[in-house]
Amino acid sequence: MKKKIILVLVIITLSFVFFIFYKSLYKKNYYVPQNISKKIISFKAKNLYTNNYLNSDQLLLDKKFTVINIWASWCLPCLKEHKYLMKLKQNNNIKLIGLNYKDKKNNAKKFISENGNPYDLILTDEEGVLSIDLGAYGIPETFVIKGKKILKKYIGPLSQTNIVEIEKLISK
Amino acid sequence: MKKNFFFILFLLSIFNYSYGLEKNSVLENKIAKNLRCLVCQGQSIYDSQSEFALSVKLIIKRKINQGNSEKEIYEYFKSQYGEWILYEPEINKKTIFLWVFPLILFAFGGYLIFRKFFIK
Repeated sequence: MKKKIILVLVIITLSFVFFIFYKSLYKKNYYVPQNISKKIISFKAKNLYTNNYLNSDQLLLDKKFTVINIWASWCLPCLKEHKYLMKLKQNNNIKLIGLNYKDKKNNAKKFISENGNPYDLILTDEEGVLSIDLGAYGIPETFVIKGKKILKKYIGPLSQTNIVEIEKLISK
Repeated sequence: MKKNFFFILFLLSIFNYSYGLEKNSVLENKIAKNLRCLVCQGQSIYDSQSEFALSVKLIIKRKINQGNSEKEIYEYFKSQYGEWILYEPEINKKTIFLWVFPLILFAFGGYLIFRKFFIK
């Protein structure tokens, strides 16, 4: 009798453990906090092509939608999302800003000339400091911004559904 | 005499400078140890060499040089990434149980020991 109870307990415990592990197997590991600051800290960044410094106050105008996409030539998922960014470019209501993350200038320029330029403007973030000011975790990451407020944030490469979502958000 | 005086002054200034640097880097490491590397598995910013952690370390260094206090730096990271980035959770409604429960357990254990040995 005692042996049976032990056996049943062991089986229940094991199946419970199995269930927990199986459930979290396909779960995304990113933790995105709910109550983070949605306002963009003002920043200054260098233009990739002209080397001029630009201020965020000049870039992020009130009542205008801006999409900031963090990318690098060494990042494979960025290449994957590139075609969706090209699609997003066709929407005239969006100002698409690329933030080149910890990259070599020549490589970044080569990436753009080979794959096409979806961005209205490309800024550089050589030290990764700007991305942290934005609240980014890594690359690729995309922020949909209105004025100076972050409306939505996408961690990881964009997909077709994300593009539809962004366009819907903007048409509101 | 004058020569010696300047030499001592020179030594003192070097000592003072390196002392200041060391003090800064101690604080830098302390803060980095208290921040979670959000893209790593179970590592602090101090332990990690990921791109994210390297940038965070750079920001800590700059903020210290700008004269920000330790608390201000924690506040900055908290506002960007939420409380999760801090290793030490703050005491609030959600975490009060986390803080108080070990104390209750400790008191209860003390009570049990007391009862076993002193009350007969």
